[in-house]
Amino acid sequence: MSMTILDEPLSLSQSVSLRPEPFGALAYNFGNRRLTFLKRPELVSVVQGLDGSRSLAEVLADCGIPEHQWPVFAESLERLIDAEMIERPALAGARD
Amino acid sequence: MTSARPLGGSLIDQFELGLDAPICLTWELTYACNLSCAHCLSSSGKRDPRELTTEQCEAVIDELQAMQVFYVNIGGGEPTIRPDFWHLLEYSVAHQVGVKFSTNGFRITPERAQWLSRTDYVDVQVSLDGATPEINDALRGPGTYAAALTALDNLASAGFTDAKVSVVVTRENAHQLDDFKRIADDHGATLRLTRLRPSGRGADVWDDLHPTAEQQRDLYRWLMDAGEGVLTGDSFFHLAALGDPLPGLNLCGAGRVVCLIDPIGDVYACPFAIHDRFLAGNILRDGGFAPVWRESRLFQELRSPQSGGACSSCSAYDSCRGGCMAAKFFTGLPLDGPDPECVKGNSETALAAPGRVIPAASQDHSRPSTTIERERPAHACDDSPLTPFIPLESLIATRA
Ligand code: SF4
Ligand code: SF4
Repeated sequence: MSMTILDEPLSLSQSVSLRPEPFGALAYNFGNRRLTFLKRPELVSVVQGLDGSRSLAEVLADCGIPEHQWPVFAESLERLIDAEMIERPALAGARD
Repeated sequence: MTSARPLGGSLIDQFELGLDAPICLTWELTYACNLSCAHCLSSSGKRDPRELTTEQCEAVIDELQAMQVFYVNIGGGEPTIRPDFWHLLEYSVAHQVGVKFSTNGFRITPERAQWLSRTDYVDVQVSLDGATPEINDALRGPGTYAAALTALDNLASAGFTDAKVSVVVTRENAHQLDDFKRIADDHGATLRLTRLRPSGRGADVWDDLHPTAEQQRDLYRWLMDAGEGVLTGDSFFHLAALGDPLPGLNLCGAGRVVCLIDPIGDVYACPFAIHDRFLAGNILRDGGFAPVWRESRLFQELRSPQSGGACSSCSAYDSCRGGCMAAKFFTGLPLDGPDPECVKGNSETALAAPGRVIPAASQDHSRPSTTIERERPAHACDDSPLTPFIPLESLIATRA
């Protein structure tokens, strides 16, 4: 495997709002009206750190997530991409 | 706020401890209604003179925006009766508070449907309680089936996608689930089934209209087959005791993730719990909605660990959690015991007990004629289970 999601820059979808909660955050997509729960405060800081230019790996490192946990975070982000909460700007051009 | 709160655990554990803002907020804008449905949860009919003004409603929306309440379920009464309803809808959407509103459909004209399909972040929920005019109109009043179907036609022709067809499941319509689904599909809409609760005028008809045990089992299987394609507002989680849980949140969210703001600004734990017992405060008297949500004694109490009472020894307790608080309260059952529709039959004795006292309503906005007609028959079986209907009034007049 060469390129993985860890190498990709990601960003929060334009139509998504995050609401902090004691357990983490709620993410609401105004576009498809889906609500998702981010159950760990660390995941919230990662999602907030996504800026569309740094790779996911860089963001994870910046948030102080130990490397052995990266696969778990990568998986959560894949699910957020499926739920259209997170976008892959690198692919946006190709799809349009 | 309370201090130490355990982190981690399941989402349900966290939800039971409450959230900084509700997820499912219902806001009833008016008690006025052009209809007088026999099972109305809020005993609506007449406008209350103390209803919030346009400015006060805008202030509520501003506060919801600040609290990041992403969307609000607007109901009533019939919310479209308020002359400022369409303005408030636009105001809300412009302030990042999406709107889902419930309507009987009388005012969803072709023009209004066009307007709605051009407005983002608006969801329309049309109430229909029978898949045929006979069954629907017996509960909701003459002409209401035609009005709901016309509204759905207008929305579909205007290109409004994914409207909701909202059905309260009763003994009379429980065999029509496939027909309801077809009506929704034919209109590019989604079916939403919810539970009949003995709230408001629903208390008067509940004994005769709540689904039988057999209907509940059929409903459960039907919902399991339908999966996420049919919405339920998570209202049937007491059926989870029949097997695997249904999709959605399996807990009573009252005061934890759910609440109601009523037309005069009173805040209740749940739209089905309009009673002094569940009144947390008032947004005008208590300095806004946020202080009531975050600090009211009632909500603190609802977010503290609850005892399962007689249910805690039940094998299904983890998924059913004793069912619906409002249903228990309004049938005079203990709040920490089984749901009146407990699928294991554990409430039958309590329901049959001679001493059971149904709590008196603490408010009622039914029109006078409705109130008189809704007196309970001496014996459940010697009168029609349904309230007779008063003639439809001028308020119905569809917008020209
Ligand atoms: S009281 Fe009943 S309707 Fe209200 S949130 Fe609880 S279970 Fe749902
Ligand atoms: S006894 Fe209580 S927990 Fe068990 S099925 Fe009945 S209502 Fe649910």
